[in-house]
Amino acid sequence: MSDNTPNAQQKSGAVQTTGHAWDGDLQEYNNPLPRWWLWCFYGTVAFSVLYWFIYPSWPVGQTWLKGFHTVSYTTVDKAGQEQEREHRWNTRALLLGDLGDAARDPQRKAMLAKVEAASYDQIVKDPKMMEFVRSVGKGLFGDNCAACHGRGGQGVVGMYPNLTDDDWLWGGSMDKIHETLVQGRNGFMPAFGQVLKPDQLDDVAEYVLTLSNEAQPGEASERGKAIFHGQTGGCYYCHGADAKGVPSQGAANLTDKIWAIADVPTQKTLQDKKAVLKTFIASGVNNTRVMPAWKGRLKDDDIKLLAVYVHQLGGAK
Amino acid sequence: MRHEQIETNSGLMLLLILVVISIGGLVEIVPLFYINETVEQVEGVRPYTPLEQRGRDIYVREGCYLCHSQQIRPFRDEWQRYGHYSLAAESQYDHPFQWGSKRTGPDLARLGGKYSNQWHVQHLKAPRSVVPQSIMPNYPWLLETDLDYSDVAERMRALRATGVPYSVTQQEYDANVKKFGQAVADQLDINQARDSLLRQAREKDFDGIPGRITEMEALVAYLQVLGTMVDFTRYDEGFFTTFR
Repeated sequence: MSDNTPNAQQKSGAVQTTGHAWDGDLQEYNNPLPRWWLWCFYGTVAFSVLYWFIYPSWPVGQTWLKGFHTVSYTTVDKAGQEQEREHRWNTRALLLGDLGDAARDPQRKAMLAKVEAASYDQIVKDPKMMEFVRSVGKGLFGDNCAACHGRGGQGVVGMYPNLTDDDWLWGGSMDKIHETLVQGRNGFMPAFGQVLKPDQLDDVAEYVLTLSNEAQPGEASERGKAIFHGQTGGCYYCHGADAKGVPSQGAANLTDKIWAIADVPTQKTLQDKKAVLKTFIASGVNNTRVMPAWKGRLKDDDIKLLAVYVHQLGGAK
Repeated sequence: MRHEQIETNSGLMLLLILVVISIGGLVEIVPLFYINETVEQVEGVRPYTPLEQRGRDIYVREGCYLCHSQQIRPFRDEWQRYGHYSLAAESQYDHPFQWGSKRTGPDLARLGGKYSNQWHVQHLKAPRSVVPQSIMPNYPWLLETDLDYSDVAERMRALRATGVPYSVTQQEYDANVKKFGQAVADQLDINQARDSLLRQAREKDFDGIPGRITEMEALVAYLQVLGTMVDFTRYDEGFFTTFR
Protein backbone atom coordinates (compact mmCIF):
# COMPACT_ATOMS: atom_id res chain seq x y z
CA MET A 1 0.00 0.00 0.00
CA SER A 2 2.99 2.29 0.09
CA ASP A 3 2.45 2.85 -3.61
CA ASN A 4 -1.01 4.27 -2.98
CA THR A 5 0.03 7.92 -3.10
CA PRO A 6 -1.44 9.84 -6.04
CA ASN A 7 1.87 10.51 -7.65
CA ALA A 8 2.95 6.93 -7.61
CA GLN A 9 -0.38 5.71 -9.00
CA GLN A 10 -0.33 8.36 -11.65
CA LYS A 11 3.15 7.54 -12.74
CA SER A 12 2.42 3.87 -12.94
CA GLY A 13 -0.69 4.59 -15.05
CA ALA A 14 -2.93 2.66 -12.65
CA VAL A 15 -5.51 5.46 -12.49
CA GLN A 16 -6.74 7.31 -15.54
CA THR A 17 -6.95 11.07 -15.60
CA THR A 18 -9.48 13.15 -17.51
CA GLY A 19 -6.67 13.97 -19.89
CA HIS A 20 -6.19 17.66 -19.56
CA ALA A 21 -3.89 19.68 -17.33
CA TRP A 22 -4.55 23.05 -15.73
CA ASP A 23 -1.89 25.42 -14.63
CA GLY A 24 0.70 23.14 -16.15
CA ASP A 25 0.35 20.11 -13.86
CA LEU A 26 -3.12 20.18 -12.24
CA GLN A 27 -4.97 17.05 -13.37
CA GLU A 28 -8.26 15.35 -12.52
CA TYR A 29 -8.63 11.61 -11.85
CA ASN A 30 -11.16 9.66 -13.80
CA ASN A 31 -11.92 6.87 -11.32
CA PRO A 32 -14.39 4.30 -12.60
CA LEU A 33 -17.45 3.77 -10.39
CA PRO A 34 -17.62 0.53 -8.43
CA ARG A 35 -19.11 -2.28 -10.48
CA TRP A 36 -21.89 -3.04 -7.97
CA TRP A 37 -23.01 0.58 -7.99
CA LEU A 38 -23.02 0.75 -11.75
CA TRP A 39 -25.15 -2.38 -12.08
CA CYS A 40 -27.62 -1.06 -9.53
CA PHE A 41 -27.88 2.09 -11.59
CA TYR A 42 -28.52 0.13 -14.79
CA GLY A 43 -31.09 -1.87 -12.84
CA THR A 44 -33.06 1.27 -11.89
CA VAL A 45 -33.02 2.38 -15.52
CA ALA A 46 -34.44 -0.97 -16.61
CA PHE A 47 -37.03 -0.79 -13.82
CA SER A 48 -38.16 2.64 -14.91
CA VAL A 49 -38.85 1.34 -18.42
CA LEU A 50 -40.94 -1.45 -16.94
CA TYR A 51 -42.69 1.12 -14.76
CA TRP A 52 -43.70 3.21 -17.77
CA PHE A 53 -45.72 0.29 -19.07
CA ILE A 54 -47.36 -0.66 -15.78
CA TYR A 55 -48.26 2.72 -14.29
CA PRO A 56 -49.35 6.07 -15.77
CA SER A 57 -46.24 7.81 -17.06
CA TRP A 58 -45.32 9.87 -20.11
CA PRO A 59 -47.43 12.72 -21.42
CA VAL A 60 -48.42 12.29 -25.06
CA GLY A 61 -50.13 15.22 -26.74
CA GLN A 62 -53.36 15.94 -24.88
CA THR A 63 -53.29 12.73 -22.92
CA TRP A 64 -50.75 10.42 -21.30
CA LEU A 65 -49.67 6.79 -21.22
CA LYS A 66 -52.11 5.18 -18.83
CA GLY A 67 -50.29 1.93 -18.11
CA PHE A 68 -51.50 -1.66 -18.24
CA HIS A 69 -52.07 -2.15 -14.52
CA THR A 70 -55.73 -2.25 -13.51
CA VAL A 71 -57.71 -2.09 -10.29
CA SER A 72 -61.02 -3.85 -9.89
CA TYR A 73 -63.58 -2.54 -7.50
CA THR A 74 -67.27 -2.80 -6.76
CA THR A 75 -69.54 0.19 -6.94
CA VAL A 76 -73.13 0.52 -5.90
CA ASP A 77 -75.16 2.44 -8.46
CA LYS A 78 -78.13 4.64 -7.66
CA ALA A 79 -80.53 1.69 -7.86
CA GLY A 80 -78.51 -0.09 -5.17
CA GLN A 81 -77.12 -2.68 -7.58
CA GLU A 82 -73.57 -3.83 -6.98
CA GLN A 83 -71.42 -3.57 -10.05
CA GLU A 84 -68.03 -5.15 -10.55
CA ARG A 85 -65.85 -2.68 -12.40
CA GLU A 86 -62.30 -2.57 -13.59
CA HIS A 87 -60.33 0.58 -14.11
CA ARG A 88 -56.77 1.40 -15.04
CA TRP A 89 -54.57 1.95 -12.03
CA ASN A 90 -54.93 5.26 -10.20
CA THR A 91 -55.27 6.33 -6.60
CA ARG A 92 -58.98 7.11 -6.95
CA ALA A 93 -59.74 3.61 -8.20
CA LEU A 94 -57.57 2.22 -5.40
CA LEU A 95 -59.61 4.18 -2.87
CA LEU A 96 -62.86 2.80 -4.25
CA GLY A 97 -61.42 -0.68 -3.95
CA ASP A 98 -60.33 0.03 -0.41
CA LEU A 99 -63.70 1.48 0.59
CA GLY A 100 -65.44 -1.48 -1.02
CA ASP A 101 -63.29 -3.95 0.88
CA ALA A 102 -64.01 -2.15 4.13
CA ALA A 103 -67.75 -2.09 3.45
CA ARG A 104 -67.71 -5.77 2.53
CA ASP A 105 -65.77 -6.80 5.61
CA PRO A 106 -68.07 -9.62 6.77
CA GLN A 107 -68.11 -8.66 10.44
CA ARG A 108 -68.64 -4.98 9.85
CA LYS A 109 -71.21 -5.56 7.14
CA ALA A 110 -73.20 -7.96 9.28
CA MET A 111 -73.11 -5.64 12.24
CA LEU A 112 -74.09 -2.60 10.20
CA ALA A 113 -76.99 -4.46 8.61
CA LYS A 114 -78.10 -5.59 12.04
CA VAL A 115 -77.99 -2.06 13.48
CA GLU A 116 -79.72 -0.65 10.44
CA ALA A 117 -82.57 -3.14 10.68
CA ALA A 118 -82.94 -2.94 14.45
CA SER A 119 -85.17 -0.51 16.29
CA TYR A 120 -83.57 1.78 18.85
CA ASP A 121 -84.88 -0.35 21.70
CA GLN A 122 -83.36 -3.48 20.23
CA ILE A 123 -79.98 -1.80 19.77
CA VAL A 124 -79.85 -0.57 23.36
CA LYS A 125 -80.71 -4.01 24.72
CA ASP A 126 -78.08 -5.81 22.67
CA PRO A 127 -74.59 -5.49 24.23
CA LYS A 128 -72.86 -6.57 21.01
CA MET A 129 -74.59 -3.88 18.97
CA MET A 130 -73.90 -1.27 21.63
CA GLU A 131 -70.23 -2.18 21.60
CA PHE A 132 -70.23 -1.61 17.85
CA VAL A 133 -72.09 1.70 18.23
CA ARG A 134 -69.63 2.90 20.85
CA SER A 135 -66.52 2.05 18.85
CA VAL A 136 -67.76 3.48 15.54
CA GLY A 137 -69.66 6.31 17.17
CA LYS A 138 -66.60 7.52 19.04
CA GLY A 139 -64.74 8.14 15.81
CA LEU A 140 -67.70 9.80 14.14
CA PHE A 141 -68.35 11.97 17.15
CA GLY A 142 -64.70 12.98 17.38
CA ASP A 143 -64.50 13.94 13.71
CA ASN A 144 -67.79 15.76 13.44
CA CYS A 145 -69.35 16.73 16.75
CA ALA A 146 -66.50 17.22 19.21
CA ALA A 147 -65.48 20.62 17.83
CA CYS A 148 -68.59 22.13 19.41
CA HIS A 149 -69.86 19.63 21.95
CA GLY A 150 -66.45 18.61 23.26
CA ARG A 151 -64.74 15.25 23.04
CA GLY A 152 -66.84 13.79 25.79
CA GLY A 153 -70.03 15.57 24.77
CA GLN A 154 -69.77 17.96 27.73
CA GLY A 155 -70.52 21.03 25.59
CA VAL A 156 -69.62 24.62 26.39
CA VAL A 157 -71.90 26.52 28.75
CA GLY A 158 -73.51 29.42 26.96
CA MET A 159 -72.70 28.09 23.52
CA TYR A 160 -73.13 24.37 22.92
CA PRO A 161 -75.42 22.08 24.86
CA ASN A 162 -74.05 19.43 27.16
CA LEU A 163 -75.04 16.05 25.73
CA THR A 164 -74.22 14.04 28.83
CA ASP A 165 -77.01 15.33 31.07
CA ASP A 166 -80.70 14.57 30.73
CA ASP A 167 -81.71 18.08 29.76
CA TRP A 168 -82.57 18.35 26.08
CA LEU A 169 -83.60 21.49 24.24
CA TRP A 170 -85.01 19.64 21.24
CA GLY A 171 -85.95 16.36 22.89
CA GLY A 172 -83.73 13.53 24.08
CA SER A 173 -85.40 10.48 22.61
CA MET A 174 -83.39 8.73 19.94
CA ASP A 175 -85.93 9.72 17.33
CA LYS A 176 -85.58 13.37 18.30
CA ILE A 177 -81.79 13.20 18.41
CA HIS A 178 -81.88 11.60 14.99
CA GLU A 179 -84.13 14.38 13.72
CA THR A 180 -81.77 17.00 15.16
CA LEU A 181 -78.82 15.39 13.39
CA VAL A 182 -80.61 15.03 10.07
CA GLN A 183 -82.16 18.48 9.70
CA GLY A 184 -80.10 20.58 12.08
CA ARG A 185 -81.58 23.11 14.50
CA ASN A 186 -81.81 26.86 14.68
CA GLY A 187 -82.59 28.10 18.16
CA PHE A 188 -84.70 31.22 18.34
CA MET A 189 -85.98 33.45 21.08
CA PRO A 190 -87.47 36.89 20.37
CA ALA A 191 -85.79 39.94 21.84
CA PHE A 192 -87.76 41.58 24.65
CA GLY A 193 -85.54 44.61 25.02
CA GLN A 194 -88.06 46.82 23.21
CA VAL A 195 -91.19 45.14 24.57
CA LEU A 196 -90.38 45.20 28.28
CA LYS A 197 -89.25 48.12 30.35
CA PRO A 198 -85.97 47.77 32.27
CA ASP A 199 -87.71 47.10 35.61
CA GLN A 200 -89.99 44.58 33.92
CA LEU A 201 -86.93 42.80 32.54
CA ASP A 202 -85.57 42.77 36.05
CA ASP A 203 -88.77 41.26 37.42
CA VAL A 204 -88.91 38.52 34.80
CA ALA A 205 -85.27 37.63 35.43
CA GLU A 206 -85.97 37.45 39.14
CA TYR A 207 -89.00 35.20 38.58
CA VAL A 208 -87.05 32.88 36.27
CA LEU A 209 -84.38 32.53 38.93
CA THR A 210 -86.96 31.52 41.54
CA LEU A 211 -88.00 28.63 39.31
CA SER A 212 -84.70 26.91 39.95
CA ASN A 213 -84.37 28.15 43.54
CA GLU A 214 -81.64 30.62 42.63
CA ALA A 215 -83.76 33.38 44.14
CA GLN A 216 -86.40 33.58 46.83
CA PRO A 217 -89.95 34.43 45.73
CA GLY A 218 -90.92 37.96 46.58
CA GLU A 219 -92.79 40.95 45.25
CA ALA A 220 -90.54 41.39 42.26
CA SER A 221 -90.81 37.76 41.24
CA GLU A 222 -94.60 37.91 41.57
CA ARG A 223 -94.63 40.82 39.12
CA GLY A 224 -92.31 38.86 36.86
CA LYS A 225 -94.57 35.84 37.10
CA ALA A 226 -97.48 37.91 35.83
CA ILE A 227 -95.43 39.07 32.84
CA PHE A 228 -94.13 35.56 32.15
CA HIS A 229 -97.58 33.99 32.18
CA GLY A 230 -99.48 36.96 30.81
CA GLN A 231 -99.87 38.74 27.51
CA THR A 232 -97.10 41.25 28.21
CA GLY A 233 -94.27 38.76 28.03
CA GLY A 234 -95.97 35.61 26.83
CA CYS A 235 -92.91 33.59 27.77
CA TYR A 236 -95.13 30.58 28.44
CA TYR A 237 -95.89 30.22 24.73
CA CYS A 238 -92.54 28.55 24.27
CA HIS A 239 -91.28 27.74 27.73
CA GLY A 240 -94.62 26.21 28.75
CA ALA A 241 -97.07 27.01 31.51
CA ASP A 242 -94.94 24.92 33.88
CA ALA A 243 -91.77 26.60 32.51
CA LYS A 244 -90.34 23.16 31.84
CA GLY A 245 -89.65 23.96 28.22
CA VAL A 246 -91.26 22.82 24.99
CA PRO A 247 -88.93 20.60 22.97
CA SER A 248 -90.76 21.19 19.69
CA GLN A 249 -89.76 24.87 20.01
CA GLY A 250 -86.29 24.15 21.32
CA ALA A 251 -87.30 26.14 24.40
CA ALA A 252 -85.25 25.49 27.49
CA ASN A 253 -86.49 24.01 30.74
CA LEU A 254 -86.16 26.86 33.23
CA THR A 255 -86.99 24.88 36.35
CA ASP A 256 -83.78 22.87 36.58
CA LYS A 257 -80.29 24.00 37.48
CA ILE A 258 -78.97 23.31 34.00
CA TRP A 259 -78.34 26.45 31.99
CA ALA A 260 -77.68 25.96 28.31
CA ILE A 261 -77.48 29.58 27.17
CA ALA A 262 -77.07 32.02 30.04
CA ASP A 263 -74.06 31.18 32.17
CA VAL A 264 -75.89 31.54 35.49
CA PRO A 265 -74.07 28.92 37.61
CA THR A 266 -70.69 30.68 37.57
CA GLN A 267 -72.16 34.04 38.66
CA LYS A 268 -71.72 34.62 42.36
CA THR A 269 -74.31 37.21 43.35
CA LEU A 270 -78.00 37.38 42.58
CA GLN A 271 -77.42 40.68 40.78
CA ASP A 272 -74.87 39.10 38.44
CA LYS A 273 -77.15 36.16 37.76
CA LYS A 274 -79.97 38.49 36.92
CA ALA A 275 -77.72 40.62 34.75
CA VAL A 276 -76.57 37.72 32.62
CA LEU A 277 -80.14 36.47 32.28
CA LYS A 278 -81.40 39.92 31.35
CA THR A 279 -79.01 40.25 28.44
CA PHE A 280 -80.54 37.16 26.87
CA ILE A 281 -84.11 38.21 27.57
CA ALA A 282 -83.42 41.66 26.15
CA SER A 283 -81.55 40.65 22.99
CA GLY A 284 -83.08 37.21 22.41
CA VAL A 285 -81.45 34.45 20.46
CA ASN A 286 -81.29 34.77 16.73
CA ASN A 287 -79.05 32.79 14.38
CA THR A 288 -76.51 32.29 17.12
CA ARG A 289 -77.60 28.84 18.27
CA VAL A 290 -77.28 26.84 15.10
CA MET A 291 -76.82 23.12 14.83
CA PRO A 292 -75.77 22.24 11.26
CA ALA A 293 -77.75 19.64 9.30
CA TRP A 294 -75.77 16.45 8.73
CA LYS A 295 -77.88 14.77 6.09
CA GLY A 296 -75.84 14.59 2.93
CA ARG A 297 -72.59 15.19 4.78
CA LEU A 298 -72.83 11.93 6.71
CA LYS A 299 -74.25 8.65 5.46
CA ASP A 300 -77.69 7.68 6.76
CA ASP A 301 -76.41 4.70 8.72
CA ASP A 302 -73.67 6.84 10.26
CA ILE A 303 -76.34 9.29 11.45
CA LYS A 304 -78.25 6.44 13.03
CA LEU A 305 -75.12 5.22 14.79
CA LEU A 306 -74.42 8.74 16.02
CA ALA A 307 -77.97 9.16 17.31
CA VAL A 308 -77.56 6.02 19.43
CA TYR A 309 -74.07 7.07 20.49
CA VAL A 310 -75.22 10.51 21.63
CA HIS A 311 -78.22 8.96 23.33
CA GLN A 312 -76.04 6.66 25.42
CA LEU A 313 -73.52 9.39 26.36
CA GLY A 314 -75.20 9.55 29.70
CA GLY A 315 -78.28 11.66 29.43
CA ALA A 316 -80.44 9.05 27.74
CA LYS A 317 -84.14 9.71 27.95
CA MET B 1 -10.97 16.05 -26.29
CA ARG B 2 -14.50 17.61 -26.35
CA HIS B 3 -14.54 17.61 -22.59
CA GLU B 4 -11.75 20.10 -22.51
CA GLN B 5 -13.36 22.37 -25.08
CA ILE B 6 -16.49 22.66 -23.00
CA GLU B 7 -14.67 23.14 -19.74
CA THR B 8 -12.48 25.90 -21.09
CA ASN B 9 -15.30 27.75 -22.85
CA SER B 10 -17.61 29.14 -20.19
CA GLY B 11 -20.09 30.57 -22.71
CA LEU B 12 -20.57 27.18 -24.33
CA MET B 13 -20.80 25.48 -20.94
CA LEU B 14 -23.47 27.92 -19.78
CA LEU B 15 -25.50 27.26 -22.90
CA LEU B 16 -25.24 23.50 -22.54
CA ILE B 17 -26.19 23.66 -18.84
CA LEU B 18 -29.31 25.65 -19.77
CA VAL B 19 -30.23 23.07 -22.42
CA VAL B 20 -29.85 20.13 -20.04
CA ILE B 21 -31.80 21.75 -17.18
CA SER B 22 -34.61 22.98 -19.40
CA ILE B 23 -35.25 19.45 -20.67
CA GLY B 24 -36.36 18.49 -17.16
CA GLY B 25 -38.53 21.58 -16.85
CA LEU B 26 -40.08 21.25 -20.28
CA VAL B 27 -40.95 17.58 -19.80
CA GLU B 28 -42.67 18.34 -16.50
CA ILE B 29 -44.36 21.63 -17.25
CA VAL B 30 -45.27 21.80 -20.94
CA PRO B 31 -47.65 18.78 -20.94
CA LEU B 32 -49.74 20.53 -18.26
CA PHE B 33 -50.75 23.10 -20.85
CA TYR B 34 -51.97 20.42 -23.23
CA ILE B 35 -53.42 17.68 -21.04
CA ASN B 36 -57.03 18.70 -20.56
CA GLU B 37 -58.60 15.43 -19.46
CA THR B 38 -57.60 15.66 -15.80
CA VAL B 39 -59.92 18.50 -14.77
CA GLU B 40 -63.21 16.89 -13.85
CA GLN B 41 -66.36 17.93 -15.68
CA VAL B 42 -68.51 18.88 -12.70
CA GLU B 43 -71.23 21.43 -12.19
CA GLY B 44 -71.47 23.97 -9.43
CA VAL B 45 -67.90 25.26 -9.12
CA ARG B 46 -67.97 29.04 -9.36
CA PRO B 47 -65.55 31.85 -8.54
CA TYR B 48 -65.80 33.34 -5.05
CA THR B 49 -68.20 36.18 -4.37
CA PRO B 50 -66.58 39.53 -3.49
CA LEU B 51 -67.11 38.92 0.23
CA GLU B 52 -65.75 35.37 0.07
CA GLN B 53 -62.80 36.57 -1.99
CA ARG B 54 -61.94 39.21 0.61
CA GLY B 55 -62.17 36.47 3.22
CA ARG B 56 -59.80 34.39 1.17
CA ASP B 57 -57.35 37.31 1.06
CA ILE B 58 -57.48 37.46 4.86
CA TYR B 59 -56.99 33.69 5.02
CA VAL B 60 -53.81 34.11 3.01
CA ARG B 61 -52.76 37.24 4.92
CA GLU B 62 -52.99 35.48 8.27
CA GLY B 63 -51.02 32.55 6.91
CA CYS B 64 -53.70 29.94 7.61
CA TYR B 65 -52.15 27.81 4.86
CA LEU B 66 -49.03 27.37 6.99
CA CYS B 67 -50.94 24.93 9.19
CA HIS B 68 -54.02 23.99 7.15
CA SER B 69 -54.11 22.34 3.74
CA GLN B 70 -57.12 22.34 1.46
CA GLN B 71 -56.54 19.08 -0.31
CA ILE B 72 -58.18 15.85 0.74
CA ARG B 73 -56.27 12.88 -0.63
CA PRO B 74 -57.98 9.81 -2.03
CA PHE B 75 -57.21 7.64 1.00
CA ARG B 76 -59.71 5.83 3.18
CA ASP B 77 -58.73 7.59 6.41
CA GLU B 78 -59.05 11.02 4.82
CA TRP B 79 -62.31 10.05 3.15
CA GLN B 80 -63.76 9.06 6.47
CA ARG B 81 -62.55 12.06 8.38
CA TYR B 82 -62.97 14.88 5.88
CA GLY B 83 -65.29 13.62 3.16
CA HIS B 84 -64.90 13.29 -0.59
CA TYR B 85 -61.37 13.76 -1.90
CA SER B 86 -60.66 17.13 -3.49
CA LEU B 87 -61.08 17.53 -7.22
CA ALA B 88 -58.85 19.53 -9.52
CA ALA B 89 -61.99 21.31 -10.74
CA GLU B 90 -62.69 22.60 -7.25
CA SER B 91 -59.61 24.80 -7.19
CA GLN B 92 -59.83 25.98 -10.79
CA TYR B 93 -60.57 29.56 -9.68
CA ASP B 94 -58.06 29.57 -6.80
CA HIS B 95 -55.12 31.93 -7.28
CA PRO B 96 -53.00 30.82 -5.58
CA PHE B 97 -54.40 27.38 -4.74
CA GLN B 98 -54.35 26.31 -1.10
CA TRP B 99 -53.27 22.69 -1.48
CA GLY B 100 -50.42 21.59 0.66
CA SER B 101 -48.82 18.83 2.62
CA LYS B 102 -48.25 20.68 5.89
CA ARG B 103 -51.00 19.82 8.31
CA THR B 104 -50.49 21.12 11.80
CA GLY B 105 -54.24 21.65 11.92
CA PRO B 106 -56.86 19.64 10.07
CA ASP B 107 -57.55 19.90 6.36
CA LEU B 108 -60.13 22.56 5.55
CA ALA B 109 -61.16 21.58 2.02
CA ARG B 110 -64.67 20.54 3.11
CA LEU B 111 -65.13 22.79 6.11
CA GLY B 112 -68.11 24.67 4.68
CA GLY B 113 -71.38 23.96 6.50
CA LYS B 114 -69.75 21.65 9.01
CA TYR B 115 -69.99 24.10 11.90
CA SER B 116 -72.19 27.10 12.62
CA ASN B 117 -71.10 30.68 11.93
CA GLN B 118 -71.11 31.31 15.65
CA TRP B 119 -68.69 28.46 16.20
CA HIS B 120 -66.28 29.88 13.63
CA VAL B 121 -66.40 33.32 15.20
CA GLN B 122 -65.81 31.95 18.68
CA HIS B 123 -63.16 29.51 17.51
CA LEU B 124 -61.18 32.13 15.58
CA LYS B 125 -61.37 34.55 18.47
CA ALA B 126 -60.33 32.02 21.11
CA PRO B 127 -59.83 28.47 19.80
CA ARG B 128 -59.33 26.92 23.22
CA SER B 129 -62.69 28.12 24.46
CA VAL B 130 -64.32 25.50 22.24
CA VAL B 131 -61.52 23.01 21.61
CA PRO B 132 -59.44 22.83 24.81
CA GLN B 133 -56.61 20.79 23.26
CA SER B 134 -56.19 23.13 20.27
CA ILE B 135 -52.82 24.82 19.62
CA MET B 136 -54.20 27.33 17.12
CA PRO B 137 -53.34 30.99 17.84
CA ASN B 138 -56.08 33.48 18.77
CA TYR B 139 -57.21 35.88 16.06
CA PRO B 140 -59.20 38.41 18.12
CA TRP B 141 -58.47 41.34 15.81
CA LEU B 142 -60.59 39.83 13.05
CA LEU B 143 -63.69 40.73 15.02
CA GLU B 144 -62.38 44.17 15.98
CA THR B 145 -61.19 45.29 12.56
CA ASP B 146 -63.65 46.58 10.00
CA LEU B 147 -63.28 45.00 6.61
CA ASP B 148 -61.58 47.19 4.05
CA TYR B 149 -63.57 46.60 0.89
CA SER B 150 -62.67 49.83 -0.88
CA ASP B 151 -60.45 47.99 -3.36
CA VAL B 152 -62.55 44.86 -3.84
CA ALA B 153 -63.24 45.69 -7.51
CA GLU B 154 -59.52 46.11 -8.20
CA ARG B 155 -58.78 42.79 -6.52
CA MET B 156 -61.37 41.11 -8.73
CA ARG B 157 -59.90 42.80 -11.79
CA ALA B 158 -56.49 41.36 -10.92
CA LEU B 159 -57.97 37.88 -10.64
CA ARG B 160 -59.81 38.41 -13.90
CA ALA B 161 -56.43 38.97 -15.54
CA THR B 162 -55.42 35.46 -14.42
CA GLY B 163 -58.50 33.95 -16.03
CA VAL B 164 -61.17 34.01 -13.30
CA PRO B 165 -64.45 34.87 -15.06
CA TYR B 166 -65.38 38.01 -13.14
CA SER B 167 -67.32 40.13 -15.61
CA VAL B 168 -66.76 43.70 -16.74
CA THR B 169 -68.58 43.89 -20.07
CA GLN B 170 -72.21 43.03 -20.73
CA GLN B 171 -71.06 40.17 -22.92
CA GLU B 172 -69.04 38.61 -20.10
CA TYR B 173 -71.94 39.12 -17.73
CA ASP B 174 -74.32 37.34 -20.12
CA ALA B 175 -71.88 34.47 -20.43
CA ASN B 176 -71.82 34.18 -16.62
CA VAL B 177 -75.62 34.21 -16.45
CA LYS B 178 -75.65 31.33 -18.88
CA LYS B 179 -72.96 29.42 -17.02
CA PHE B 180 -73.74 30.12 -13.35
CA GLY B 181 -77.26 31.56 -13.32
CA GLN B 182 -78.46 35.10 -12.70
CA ALA B 183 -77.90 35.26 -8.93
CA VAL B 184 -74.29 34.09 -9.11
CA ALA B 185 -73.55 36.19 -12.20
CA ASP B 186 -74.60 39.31 -10.29
CA GLN B 187 -72.11 38.42 -7.56
CA LEU B 188 -69.36 37.95 -10.14
CA ASP B 189 -69.96 41.30 -11.80
CA ILE B 190 -67.10 43.66 -10.99
CA ASN B 191 -69.32 46.71 -11.59
CA GLN B 192 -71.56 45.61 -8.72
CA ALA B 193 -68.73 44.32 -6.52
CA ARG B 194 -69.24 46.67 -3.58
CA ASP B 195 -73.00 46.33 -3.59
CA SER B 196 -72.99 42.56 -3.72
CA LEU B 197 -70.38 42.40 -0.95
CA LEU B 198 -72.56 44.59 1.24
CA ARG B 199 -75.70 42.65 0.34
CA GLN B 200 -74.20 39.27 1.18
CA ALA B 201 -72.80 40.56 4.45
CA ARG B 202 -76.13 42.08 5.41
CA GLU B 203 -78.20 39.03 4.49
CA LYS B 204 -76.03 36.37 6.08
CA ASP B 205 -74.36 38.30 8.91
CA PHE B 206 -71.56 35.76 9.29
CA ASP B 207 -69.87 37.54 12.20
CA GLY B 208 -73.04 37.86 14.27
CA ILE B 209 -72.71 41.64 14.57
CA PRO B 210 -75.59 43.20 12.64
CA GLY B 211 -74.72 46.50 11.03
CA ARG B 212 -70.97 45.95 11.05
CA ILE B 213 -68.79 44.27 8.47
CA THR B 214 -65.67 42.99 10.12
CA GLU B 215 -62.80 40.97 8.72
CA MET B 216 -64.37 38.04 10.54
CA GLU B 217 -67.45 38.47 8.35
CA ALA B 218 -65.43 37.91 5.20
CA LEU B 219 -63.30 35.09 6.58
CA VAL B 220 -66.27 33.10 7.89
CA ALA B 221 -68.10 33.65 4.58
CA TYR B 222 -65.09 32.10 2.87
CA LEU B 223 -64.74 29.21 5.31
CA GLN B 224 -68.44 28.38 5.00
CA VAL B 225 -68.24 27.95 1.22
CA LEU B 226 -65.18 25.69 1.21
CA GLY B 227 -65.89 22.39 -0.51
CA THR B 228 -69.63 22.97 -0.77
CA MET B 229 -69.91 23.85 -4.44
CA VAL B 230 -70.00 20.36 -5.93
CA ASP B 231 -73.03 18.20 -5.14
CA PHE B 232 -71.44 14.76 -4.98
CA THR B 233 -74.77 12.94 -4.74
CA ARG B 234 -75.29 13.75 -8.41
CA TYR B 235 -72.33 11.68 -9.55
CA ASP B 236 -71.76 7.97 -9.66
CA GLU B 237 -69.04 6.61 -7.39
CA GLY B 238 -66.84 5.60 -10.30
CA PHE B 239 -67.23 8.83 -12.26
CA PHE B 240 -64.19 10.64 -10.92
CA THR B 241 -61.79 7.75 -11.48
CA THR B 242 -62.16 8.25 -15.23
CA PHE B 243 -60.24 11.52 -15.03
CA ARG B 244 -57.07 9.83 -13.82
